[in-house]
Amino acid sequence: MALQSLDIKARSATTTPPPRVRNPVHVAKLIDISKCIGCKACQAACMEWNDLRDEIGTNVGLYDNPRDLTDQSWTVMRFSEVEVEQGRLEWLIRKDGCMHCDDPGCLKACPSPGAIVQYANGIVDFHEEHCIGCGYCITGCPFNIPRISKKDSKAYKCTLCSDRVAVGLEPACIKTCPTGALVFGSKQDMIHHAEGRVADLKERGYANAALYNPQGVGGTHVMYVLQHGDQPELYANLPKDPHISPLVSLWKGVTKPLMSLGIGLAVFAGFFHFVTVGPKVVDEEDVDPARPSDPSKERS
Amino acid sequence: MTTWIRRYSARERSNHWLVAISFVLAALSGLALFHPAFFFFAYLFGGGTWDRILHPFIGVFLSLFFIALAARFWRFNHFTPADRQWMKHIGDELCNRDERLPEVGKYNAGQKYLFWTVVVTVPTLLISGIVIWQPWFAPYFPVWLLRVAVVVHALTAWIMILGIIVHVYAAIWVKGSVRAMTRGTVSAAWAKHHHRAWYREMTGK
Repeated sequence: MALQSLDIKARSATTTPPPRVRNPVHVAKLIDISKCIGCKACQAACMEWNDLRDEIGTNVGLYDNPRDLTDQSWTVMRFSEVEVEQGRLEWLIRKDGCMHCDDPGCLKACPSPGAIVQYANGIVDFHEEHCIGCGYCITGCPFNIPRISKKDSKAYKCTLCSDRVAVGLEPACIKTCPTGALVFGSKQDMIHHAEGRVADLKERGYANAALYNPQGVGGTHVMYVLQHGDQPELYANLPKDPHISPLVSLWKGVTKPLMSLGIGLAVFAGFFHFVTVGPKVVDEEDVDPARPSDPSKERS
Repeated sequence: MTTWIRRYSARERSNHWLVAISFVLAALSGLALFHPAFFFFAYLFGGGTWDRILHPFIGVFLSLFFIALAARFWRFNHFTPADRQWMKHIGDELCNRDERLPEVGKYNAGQKYLFWTVVVTVPTLLISGIVIWQPWFAPYFPVWLLRVAVVVHALTAWIMILGIIVHVYAAIWVKGSVRAMTRGTVSAAWAKHHHRAWYREMTGK
């Protein structure tokens, strides 16, 4: 174990338990959308810390820049102009990126041992040196996050600055946020903090304000405070009830061991058929081989 | 003296073995990505990334060779009423009570089922495989289709692998069969015993 703070809780394509004697605190990032001003400082900090430089794109008539997550842009601001009710326009700005699910679909789908790990603190991390570029993580993710690089065919996404967190620092985006819309700490503390924010928003007229910590994926280690918690789709199609696709659960759940077992059983069935019933041997000397020959001879 | 009857030409045999070799390579490299227990197969192909790169190309070769093979054997694999009779005696076949089996032409019903299983599974694997082929084609398909394709691909491959296990075992079990695909000939006694109608057709006896 290189760093105790990077103890691994779950590892892709691994069927035996990872080291789990320690139980460190679960961390979480809380994104308070009601405080976000869309300055994109978090995007810049992410590029800076992770040494990423996306291509300069073109203006598509939106504030969104870059237009989408890429292998170089692990977080992007998504701007939604929403008329929540007649005559009341709201500009909802959601910082998109990996949600660090407690039950990560990417990890479940990944076929390469150790290419995706979940640290004991809850961070889901891609280890690109083990990534084989199959794209299965894309099928597993309920939030459309992983991006395969055109340069090296490896999958990339937000690491929640696992390298910083491991040594007791907060993620780069948190460090740089000028409004306090981004906070980081233990998951418990973040839920507690969010409860205060939700209560405050409710007082200010946002009756449906809520914490977004979807249970369909076991909760997430990146959570949102939403003014309109009853309509997460308003926020650039944030899924209301995200869960790992049943197709992926089927594929990487029961069928995986059962089908493997089936293949093994088929081979065994053949072997035992051979040693019990025995081969079909044609007597070359038999003048009329299709007629029953001496049964004792056939069974020998 | 054993009399030999020609069952497969050199071209048919080569075609069969091209399909067979591609199948083994495709199955091993595919299983590596299916269950961690099989991941070590990836090392036969140069590691996980090479496995991912090579598998789809092997699959395309398999499909192309199989199209040629299917075209060669298509007409011998139409089901007949006699096949239904034979299927009723599948227990006798499995227990080597061959004397109770009805007459069989070039292929018995079991062999025909294998043929049609592969006829269905290979194109299904090819199409679902193209959908999930990274990095060339998968980025052009929506994620719901990728999810359908991965499940279809895995299930179809499983059916095909089971089919081929039965196919290989049958060749081991029925002595004298392998020679048909290695040397192209079977003994007259073998033909008469296992494929009497075909034997008559070939010899006029």
